[in-house]
Amino acid sequence: MSKSVVIRGGRVVDAYGERAADVLIDDGRIAAVSDRGDLTADLVLDAGGCVVAPGLVDLHTHLRQPGKEEAETIETGARAAALGGFTCVLAMPNTSPPIDSAGVAREVLELGRGTCCDVRTSAAITVGRQGTQLTPMAELAGLGVRFFTDDGSGVQDGRLMRRAMEYATGLGVTLAQHCEDDVLAAGGAMNEGAWSSRLGIPGQPAEAEEVMVMRDVALARLTGARVHFQHLSTRRSVDLVAAAKAEGLPATCEVTPHHFTLTDERCSTYDPVFKVNPPLRTDDDVAAVRAGLAGGTVDCIATDHAPHAPETKEAPFDQAPPGMLGLETALALALTQLGLPIDQALGLLSWRPSAILGVAEVHGGPIEPGRRANLCVVDPAARWTVDPAALASRSRNTPYAGMTLTGRVRHTLLAGEPVVIDAEAQR
Amino acid sequence: MKHLLGIEDLDGDDIEHLLTLTDSFVEVGKRRMPKVPALQGRTVTWLFYEDSTRTRLSFEQAAKRLSADTLSFSVSASSVKKGESLRDTVETIEAMGVDAIVVRHGSAGVPRQITQWVSGSVINAGDGWHEHPTQALLDCFTIREHLGGVGGLRIAIVGDVKHSRVARSDAWAFTKLGAQVTLVAPPTLLPPSLDGWPVRASHDLDAVLGDVDVVYLLRMQRERMTEALVPSLREYTACYGLTRRRVDRLGDKAIVMHPGPMNRGVEIAADVADLPRSVVVDQVRNGVAVRMAVLFDLLGSGRGLVTVADQPQGSTLT
Repeated sequence: MSKSVVIRGGRVVDAYGERAADVLIDDGRIAAVSDRGDLTADLVLDAGGCVVAPGLVDLHTHLRQPGKEEAETIETGARAAALGGFTCVLAMPNTSPPIDSAGVAREVLELGRGTCCDVRTSAAITVGRQGTQLTPMAELAGLGVRFFTDDGSGVQDGRLMRRAMEYATGLGVTLAQHCEDDVLAAGGAMNEGAWSSRLGIPGQPAEAEEVMVMRDVALARLTGARVHFQHLSTRRSVDLVAAAKAEGLPATCEVTPHHFTLTDERCSTYDPVFKVNPPLRTDDDVAAVRAGLAGGTVDCIATDHAPHAPETKEAPFDQAPPGMLGLETALALALTQLGLPIDQALGLLSWRPSAILGVAEVHGGPIEPGRRANLCVVDPAARWTVDPAALASRSRNTPYAGMTLTGRVRHTLLAGEPVVIDAEAQR
Repeated sequence: MKHLLGIEDLDGDDIEHLLTLTDSFVEVGKRRMPKVPALQGRTVTWLFYEDSTRTRLSFEQAAKRLSADTLSFSVSASSVKKGESLRDTVETIEAMGVDAIVVRHGSAGVPRQITQWVSGSVINAGDGWHEHPTQALLDCFTIREHLGGVGGLRIAIVGDVKHSRVARSDAWAFTKLGAQVTLVAPPTLLPPSLDGWPVRASHDLDAVLGDVDVVYLLRMQRERMTEALVPSLREYTACYGLTRRRVDRLGDKAIVMHPGPMNRGVEIAADVADLPRSVVVDQVRNGVAVRMAVLFDLLGSGRGLVTVADQPQGSTLT
């Protein structure tokens, strides 16, 4: 039997609005929400000046386990997630071995139990992420897998992608695509454009992403499958999804904090910490993805948290692996970079991704009695400086090192248990 | 100036200063005993991750003529082959006590990355498609030697600009010295964007040739065909090769340059390469004096961009 908790003195913000209230949690669930100051419990968490919100949900997390435990484990990744306000993360399947079978999916779910976060897993669309044979999607769906993706790369074969979509409609699962045409992108280590030309770094054109978005919109129309476009980074990708939605196709998409915050100019230091896939794009693309987030075309923010061991990022730019950390900085960037009302920014990180993943019963729901107490308490005015060494992730590859951000998670509760108190992880 | 990473970081005065310094070292090279004690006690090492003949030999000759100690490091025979990381390799060399590391690497930006891990000077001897600053300096010096200066000249850089560190460094150097640069190549061999480049671009060599003072030819690499960048070497030569017929359309004083190694019969006709107006051998010769100037400027007692008047003439150049 867990201790009861009261979150005192905050403003409650959820999909239904904003009000000053205390929240009482008992036995893992919200027991009462009251503005009369009369709630008491075993533990009182101060939320003065803070927003009390449903826990955040990340549709795109590389936890690196099994296979790359020197970069991250499910335990350390879950801790980083909780410190970032996330109560649910979706593990990406490009592990080693990849999550392409029931055995590996079970292992990941098993390792996620008892951590700071509700760890869900996606699974690969194709065996070994090799793009030739479908994974046992029905068996995986039976384990609770709702998202299938070959993330790390896209499914290149249009015919195979069509079959995957058709098959998925029979299972009620979503196909998520990392949109990148391997041939058009070949050798490209950054966005192709003015900066790549000047720096002499091989570039990959925006079109390498856009042609696959275009193809998958067409295939979604053909098959009726639910598709989710991962980490969109270009203006025309956003436009393509807007057009697909206008047509009534069941398409959703996500954008990462780095794609709405940073541009390819950052690569001019040749620091591989700025190497990521899809690559950082131009000012115009940043403006477009921000507008997509503000206007609703872009459904949610996802971190694409991609830890890499330090030595792998001390390589030449074109040889270093792509990817950057994101879990512990996403919320601050969403609150400060987008210029959106706080409820809209929180929606993009919480109840909207939760609905896409199909976990709205448990995460991102309204803060009302009877709901599972997956919550985060955010101080939107707290200023903090990103110190890579102080991050909970096992890796250090944050592109925001030394930057002062505004907005920080004070407490996170997972099923009623405070897993983060005063910005300190409890597990 | 502590490092020489690229021409883009320099201004016209910096380049002029290095060229003036080079004059002194050309003079040294003509002496019966072409050696000065300017860098005695200093150690220079090479870190070449790519094959090189002329650049490496030229740096070695330059260091020896300045009386620097040189440490040879052969990447292929070293622990790099055993999987040692770039940082570990560099820190190992640094620990042995070197004042300058001359780096060539197939990846753009490596010399700049290395500066975070060493206390000595880093000299870029070519990084991927990015820059090859000492090549640009010796090219400027050679042009000045033949045409009196670089400012006001019209220079065509012809060929695979996209993949060329020489073209990038030269475009910066020539324009910073006041020349007008035209890049001549099929669209597939130009960088995807020329935004911010102070140059013009053309796809028609014949239209450009009539009024240029310098034709700078780039090496055409055979592997570009497999990447579908040009249909065939034959077609490339037909459109962009400097043939005898084309060279005859050049002005009397116009010169022909090439960073080497040349593909005779591809970007340059064999007989054109041997014409008096072809200054390829001068480029190589000037490479030693230019690299002496760079090493002296970075490591000499003046340390940094000393003006000519500040040079300790008595103690270093005699």
